[in-house]
Amino acid sequence: MLSELILTITIFFPVVGVLALLFVGRENAQAIKFIGFGTTVVTFIISLYLFFEFDASTVEFQFVQRITWIEGLNISYFIGIDGMALLLILLTTFLTPLALLGTWNSIQNRLKEYTMMVLLLEVGMVGVFAALDLFLFYVFWEAMLIPMYFIIGIWGGQERVYAAVKFILFTLFGSLLMLVAILALGYYASTLPGGQFTTDLLELYGIAPRMALGLQTWMFLAFALSFAIKVPVFPLHTWLPDAHVQAPTAGSVLLAGVLLKMGTYGLLRFCLPLFPDASFKFIPLMGILAVVGIIYGALVSMVQTDLKKLVAYSSVSHLGFVVLGIFAMTEEGIQGAIIQMVNHGLSTGALFLIVGMIYDRAHTRMISDFGGAAKFMPVFAAFFMIISLSSIGLPGLNGFVGEFLILLGSFKSTFLDSYAYAAFAATGVILAAVYLLWAYQRMMLGRAREGGLYGGHTLHDINGREIVTLAAIVLFVVWIGVYPSTFLSKSGGTAKQTVQRMEDARRGVLARVAVVAPTTEAKCDGAQ
Amino acid sequence: MFSYSPLIVLFPLLGFLFLGLAGWRLRSEKLIGIIGSGSVGLSFLVAIMIFVHMLGLPVDQRKQSVELFTWISTFTGTPSSISVSVAYQLDQLSILMTLIVTGVGFLIHVYSIGYMRGDKGFWRFFTYMNLFIFAMLNLVLADNFLLMFLGWEGVGLCSYLLIGFWYDRKFDTGGYEPGKATTSDAAKKAFIVNRIGDFGFLLAMLLIFIHFGSLSFDAVFGRAAVLTPGSSIMVWITLLLFLGATGKSAQIPLFVWLPDAMAGPTPVSALIHAATMVTAGVYMVARCSVLYALAPAAMQIVAVIGALTAIIAATIGLVQNDIKKVLAYSTISQLGYMFLGMGVAAFAAGIFHVLTHAFFKALLFLGSGAVIHALHDEQNIQKMGGLRKYLPTTYWTFVVGAIAIAGIPPFSGFFSKDEILWKTFSSDYGSIPLWFLGVFGAGLTAFYMFRLVSLTFEGEGRYGHDVHPHEAPRTMTIPLIILAFLSVVGGLVGIPESLLGGNAVEHWLGPVFDPAYEKLRLTPHGVEATEYVLMILSVGVAAAGIYGARVVYIRRTELAELWRRKYASLHKLLFNKYYVDEAYDKLVVSPTVKVSDGFLWKGIDVAVIDGAVNGSARLIAMVAQNIRRVQTGIAQQYATVFVGGILVILIWLMFK
Repeated sequence: MLSELILTITIFFPVVGVLALLFVGRENAQAIKFIGFGTTVVTFIISLYLFFEFDASTVEFQFVQRITWIEGLNISYFIGIDGMALLLILLTTFLTPLALLGTWNSIQNRLKEYTMMVLLLEVGMVGVFAALDLFLFYVFWEAMLIPMYFIIGIWGGQERVYAAVKFILFTLFGSLLMLVAILALGYYASTLPGGQFTTDLLELYGIAPRMALGLQTWMFLAFALSFAIKVPVFPLHTWLPDAHVQAPTAGSVLLAGVLLKMGTYGLLRFCLPLFPDASFKFIPLMGILAVVGIIYGALVSMVQTDLKKLVAYSSVSHLGFVVLGIFAMTEEGIQGAIIQMVNHGLSTGALFLIVGMIYDRAHTRMISDFGGAAKFMPVFAAFFMIISLSSIGLPGLNGFVGEFLILLGSFKSTFLDSYAYAAFAATGVILAAVYLLWAYQRMMLGRAREGGLYGGHTLHDINGREIVTLAAIVLFVVWIGVYPSTFLSKSGGTAKQTVQRMEDARRGVLARVAVVAPTTEAKCDGAQ
Repeated sequence: MFSYSPLIVLFPLLGFLFLGLAGWRLRSEKLIGIIGSGSVGLSFLVAIMIFVHMLGLPVDQRKQSVELFTWISTFTGTPSSISVSVAYQLDQLSILMTLIVTGVGFLIHVYSIGYMRGDKGFWRFFTYMNLFIFAMLNLVLADNFLLMFLGWEGVGLCSYLLIGFWYDRKFDTGGYEPGKATTSDAAKKAFIVNRIGDFGFLLAMLLIFIHFGSLSFDAVFGRAAVLTPGSSIMVWITLLLFLGATGKSAQIPLFVWLPDAMAGPTPVSALIHAATMVTAGVYMVARCSVLYALAPAAMQIVAVIGALTAIIAATIGLVQNDIKKVLAYSTISQLGYMFLGMGVAAFAAGIFHVLTHAFFKALLFLGSGAVIHALHDEQNIQKMGGLRKYLPTTYWTFVVGAIAIAGIPPFSGFFSKDEILWKTFSSDYGSIPLWFLGVFGAGLTAFYMFRLVSLTFEGEGRYGHDVHPHEAPRTMTIPLIILAFLSVVGGLVGIPESLLGGNAVEHWLGPVFDPAYEKLRLTPHGVEATEYVLMILSVGVAAAGIYGARVVYIRRTELAELWRRKYASLHKLLFNKYYVDEAYDKLVVSPTVKVSDGFLWKGIDVAVIDGAVNGSARLIAMVAQNIRRVQTGIAQQYATVFVGGILVILIWLMFK
């Protein structure tokens, strides 16, 4: 019973916090913060149950719950998780409390509404990863946009309205196409002999790959466009620097840490298994866009003058690795992609917290306004260093595990037809060191500013609360770097299953060709 | 006994963790120093115990691996999927390297207690140093490529942290933003240049995995042993690995970071940038000797690059005035000799030179540290002189080091360098031009080393009158004396047969390199008369270099000035290090930054993509503005359009 309900509880527990907040006066800031933080911590603890009870030996979805929702259309509240979803849900429930803790005093106005938005956002985020019904997935997907829109639009920086509108329009543009494709997919199921309209993902896994290539291609494009915008895949990324720079720190943390993963998650969960033949067709394009993204994102990152923008562009580069791993369609590639989603969530989430911490003190994020800051903030400097190294992919820390597996996977891949993908992607290893260490050096090292003033303020080192926030992330940065098996073992099933599906589909393609070939021959014989 | 080997790695790790987490609270420098050096000392003791144990074992039992836990694995049971462990391999080569790293490392840690006295980052220094030893031991003890890569990048990180240890001190790196640079610029440069090499290492690992289906040394080398030379993939693998080596071991084209690495405290230069880390590339090539044996073309390239680096660095070293920079170029040059050895299949001789070089170069750096210490951070040898009478211990040990590197028998450098030169001359893979470069370089080495000795210690003092040089404390001089002793006798373990020695090093390492030697089918050489002739020749060249330097810089000091004016353009070229830094800046760094900023970001991102997005938004707004005008609110107009619409539909239906 519990195992059936636990996922629903995880998704909706933050609503309890929202309800509680309704009864708290808006002047009672302390209570609001504690309710917000407390709720997310409890949600995290609940989600740990998922982690410990998860059975890694099976590839089936677990903690499944199904309640009929719209009977006539066969739409149901259908949730369940596999290893990939498990890791991403834990990432979400882990980062949300830290996003609140790390920005404890950063929000001054409308704190109550802000906390509610973050809690509602968490519901949407966890829901997206748990949904096994396409319609339900779509509902969570859209539901999550609304709080994020407000978080950027209300609590953001100077250009927040432009950024919020850009964010929502980009995403809506993609997701409306996805809605059409979902409905078309359901309709396609009903046209089959004995079939009926359905949005059940597991059923569609059996049905959709049988579509003709032309239809698959359109469906793939509709889904993939929506996800590619979210990732973001070059050249659909320009909403991201604006949204990140304008969003408040907690918004950036969750945007980079979790929301971007929904794009790559969607590619793995929907695009590949539902439309395998179309996916094969787009491998070269996606591979090239991924590699271009890796290099382009890194180079543009390198020349940024605003640290937050630098981190934002670095996401384009890092997520390029993930996309490459997905389209390698090998176990290493997909395992690497999944663990890299988690890694990017941790390290980029932490980097945005770091940007927030230094902005709270100096009220500037311009790299050129700093220099020698390590002298005044040694503990902060140490954390900044470790997180940068994680992002650079230093062996022994988390980033390396993902990058290495992805490169190996794409090198091994029989789908990606050239070593060039991996070889060019690997230059990202050099470039990441360039942009992050260069920024680090210009800000933290070198000569200290005259009088120790940065943006007209003196810097004081991070306090206990901030140390706890960053230390929690560093713990996992090291854990995944040294002993990734804890996590890789969970996502192994997903990778194996996905690769199996793709290999089967490829063999299916070959089989179909094999079937067609004799008939043409027969025709030729007949003509003679 | 072998099962204790993880302890070697564990002690420095514990030292790092303890000092890193609790070091800032420790008030006593003594305690920090004892913990920092003690952890390395304990590792050294364990390594000695294992070494002694190995000596007592038959040759075929001297190699053993200890596996600790699975590191990266994709767990699916597919045979080709990857699984890499944290596992340490002890064999004749790795124990030798471990002894060098922990032994020399221990001495330098002890020295640092005196050298770093009173520095506010005292605990931080020992934290980084212990982390370095930990990473370096992973590098040499790893039983697979991936763990070796962890050590490889780890030592690069420590090098970065320690070069920039005094991160707010001015340091002119040349190149980007001259005059404004601090030591942290040098640190960043070192890390990034190394990363270019690491890129090669990474790709090589991927190719190895594809080709051999494993990353563990045993599996890869075992499978390589049955292959025949000549496949192009082996050339790719070995050249990419060598790219990694040129980064870490500062060879052409990636040597530019090492001279700038002298921005770090001097013990760091001694340990990381002379004795241990920079030899990692040599160790890696030696470890992969079987792979290189399968790609003779790559070995040729290694030999040529090594010889050229040896010469080019030595010529730059002739005219530099910073005591540490001279030693840095000397290190690059000596590393060139080691690679020359690797390239001509003198693997054991190359590793032998790693050993002796670790002694005398650590000694020279620590000696220079004592000088810098005595003169209150003065590093310019033109402002030194006459220190002989104030720093007798430093002087005598420094001279020992200089004789050793110059290659005068029976000091250690002679045996190892001469072994390389002889193999270069006689091996099937060597050649006379390469040998000539080597001997010429040896003459240059002797010259610039004794230029350094003369300008620093002899003649009259050229420093200010308010400076009163004094000998260093005992924590500093005792390591100097021990290293000087080793620099004298260290070569005895490798006396060649021709000089009636047993060449113990070569025999000890034999089993490691035998598979490669078999592949290469080297023609065996007995003792030949030629060997003696060449030996006498190279000693003569070295002696001439020493004599020449003493004449020019002690007895007829006007000659130096005269030559400098006579060959002004050559001097300028050498003094500016052939303008390599400037060329890299002009050809690579600046264009990349400019293109990224002007074209990629402000061009493509902002103007093109965002321009299109905002443009289409504006277009929609414009269209909407115009369409809105239709909504006039006048009922007659609506009715007209309405009727018109019906007419159009009717007409269309009629003609369909």
